[in-house]
Amino acid sequence: MLKPLDIIIGGVGGQGTILAGRVLTRAAQEAGYDIKVSEIHGMAQRGGSVVTQVRLGEKVCAPMISEGGADFILAFEKLEGLRLLPYLKAGGAMIINDQAIPPVPVLVGAAQYPEKIIDYIRSKVPATLVLDALGIATKCGNPRAVNMVLLGALAGNLPLEREIWEKALADRVPEKFLDANRAAFAAGYGQQK
Amino acid sequence: MKELLSGNEAIARAAYECGVKVAAAYPGTPSTEILEQFSRYPGVYAEWAPNEKVALEVGIGASLAGVRTLVAMKHVGVNVAADPLLTFAYTGVNGGFVLVSADDPGSHSSQNEQDNRQYARFAKIPLLEPSDSREAGDMVGLALLLSEQYDTPVMLRITTRVAHSQSFVEKREPQPQELRPYCRNPKKYLMLPAFARERRAFIEERLAGLKEYSETTPVNRIEWRDRSAGIITSGISYQYVREALPDVSVLKLGLTWPLPEKLIRSFAEGVKRLLVVEELEPFLEEQVKAMGLAVSGKEYIPSTGELSPGIVAGKMIEAGLLEQQGGPAAGTVPEDAPAVPGRPPVMCPGCPHRGVFYTLRRLKLNVTGDIGCYTLGGLPPLEAMDCCICMGASIGTAHGAEKADPAWAGHAVAVIGDSTFLHSGLTGLLNVVYNRGSSTVLILDNSTTAMTGHQQHPGTGYTLMGKSAPAVDLEALVRALGVKRVRLVNPRDLAEVAEAVKEEVAVREPSVIICRQPCALLDRQSAPAPRVLMEKCTGCKTCLGLGCPAIAIIDKKVSIDSGSCTGCGLCVQVCKTGALAKGGADHA
Repeated sequence: MLKPLDIIIGGVGGQGTILAGRVLTRAAQEAGYDIKVSEIHGMAQRGGSVVTQVRLGEKVCAPMISEGGADFILAFEKLEGLRLLPYLKAGGAMIINDQAIPPVPVLVGAAQYPEKIIDYIRSKVPATLVLDALGIATKCGNPRAVNMVLLGALAGNLPLEREIWEKALADRVPEKFLDANRAAFAAGYGQQK
Repeated sequence: MKELLSGNEAIARAAYECGVKVAAAYPGTPSTEILEQFSRYPGVYAEWAPNEKVALEVGIGASLAGVRTLVAMKHVGVNVAADPLLTFAYTGVNGGFVLVSADDPGSHSSQNEQDNRQYARFAKIPLLEPSDSREAGDMVGLALLLSEQYDTPVMLRITTRVAHSQSFVEKREPQPQELRPYCRNPKKYLMLPAFARERRAFIEERLAGLKEYSETTPVNRIEWRDRSAGIITSGISYQYVREALPDVSVLKLGLTWPLPEKLIRSFAEGVKRLLVVEELEPFLEEQVKAMGLAVSGKEYIPSTGELSPGIVAGKMIEAGLLEQQGGPAAGTVPEDAPAVPGRPPVMCPGCPHRGVFYTLRRLKLNVTGDIGCYTLGGLPPLEAMDCCICMGASIGTAHGAEKADPAWAGHAVAVIGDSTFLHSGLTGLLNVVYNRGSSTVLILDNSTTAMTGHQQHPGTGYTLMGKSAPAVDLEALVRALGVKRVRLVNPRDLAEVAEAVKEEVAVREPSVIICRQPCALLDRQSAPAPRVLMEKCTGCKTCLGLGCPAIAIIDKKVSIDSGSCTGCGLCVQVCKTGALAKGGADHA
């Protein structure tokens, strides 16, 4: 019996959340899970928040995760992590990229980007893992592989074998980016709280 | 082998497997991927039509000629296609025909959230509602069979959460279909009044047959569990009910028009209390009530917005079917939580529309708007759009306002994208010319259908299947409609845009300004980001009025994010203090 796992991947359009979700579901399929995924396309993508909801289990019904229902939130951006916090279940884990991308209302001075987001999330969620994913990805030779660093960090916390992830990466990442993405994934995988 | 597919991918795959030969659509979220995916299969023909009405007519022709056919559109597209649809319901089909209506409860990407199940009843055609990708695919096959067996177009109604959610689908081998020979039959296909009256009677016979079928079809099924309550549901709502109430008895309806009355009655008799859980309109509930059965639905379940497992669970607690769990309600935001600013969609850095709306705002014009990325020009800080109704409405609206109050003439423009203009702006413009209006129409020509993900259209020079095609000449086209004043401007040159708009609104005759520049996401050649001359920046924030995501004020001085900036140069043009200089020269 596979334990149900509800995972939300959130970020800003263009950060690579969709590919991260595709590698995750490929790995989960290999591990024998039933899977449902929900995404919203279209207008919401023009610089707006993007969210991929991934539900794994023996048998999954709804494609969406309810508030207070997520086991993991993988936040590609701090504000998006804060926005998604109500979806985390008690005892759930937040893996968050220490990067701020101010939305336009903040840029034009109509709103404030909240200060100390990480401190606040840490105070609410003991299982918070903060990463400088951009720094790690850059060290691995590809600043665009932020998504793989974050996915690696999530993978290190999931009950899936390491080899399954290698296969999923090979299946889902285009050949010419594979080595750089593997390195970024591995660097993320080794990150611990 | 099983594969994780979105509902749209599953529909495309199933259409291919079931021998669909011809498919047509106009792009619209959440339906767009159906045709994009279908067009990649071998041996099929797929096209983007200029609008949904034409797409449906193309489909009618393909069915008439004897092949299995699929036509897809978003919910509001069916409004455009409603004219042929309601009479196609009379003629019926030759090759099997499925119309996919992709509804958008919650208006994620739409101007309304109309419930298109009403159209199936209105047109008197069968309606199928899948709950996940596998069912979406299976129901394409069922729709084609029903279509051929009962001589009717069939509506497959999906919603955003079916279209864009992924679940496992078993791939099958394609089953090629023989061409069904076309036989001339005016009494069936030529809808003159006398023939139409005969087909009208046929429709009632057809519905009676379909109703009989609905009693026994495997897509309408009872899941008997605890009988203290029974829930009738369909589509994505079924998944929410199963999630929230795993032990309740459920009548899951896949064929929701016409409804299986006997099956519903027997389900009602088997449970102590009967409820309907459905998104949007009380489509099932009203029919169950009309059967004289005691049922509740919308007294608990909202009729606005989309449902979710959480909403269904909460409402079932109110209805007394579920017990409240202890502790604070899930998702409660603590009082000490920081305020979370929204992240609304915005025009991309380098978007060619930005400068046009910036200019219209400065000129204090009334702007009748239209559907596309550029509708974002109505949001802060640009705020340069007064109204937006539907595809093509900008032009007729501007004309009507001017006829009602001459003060609008000289103070208003209509703004419409290239794909939208070709969809349904032509007739509006023809009307302005014919009825001696003086509207100024700005065609924002970014050479693609941008909002839905860059689909080809009759102006781009390519078809859906990647073949080169004649690209319509917009200038010649609007001249042919009778517009004498036609000019082309570069929307990245603010002075040129302002001058053209001022001149054209002042003229008492129809005029068209084509603002031509490819979508910034298509044409990614970028110039260097501007240089910031800190000593000249006074922190006046004029540049923020562009609403460009690459511009911020940090420590009271402008800052350009060179990563996202495309070097479009608008901010250099609006800066009054010379603090922003064209980039590149010093870094060469």
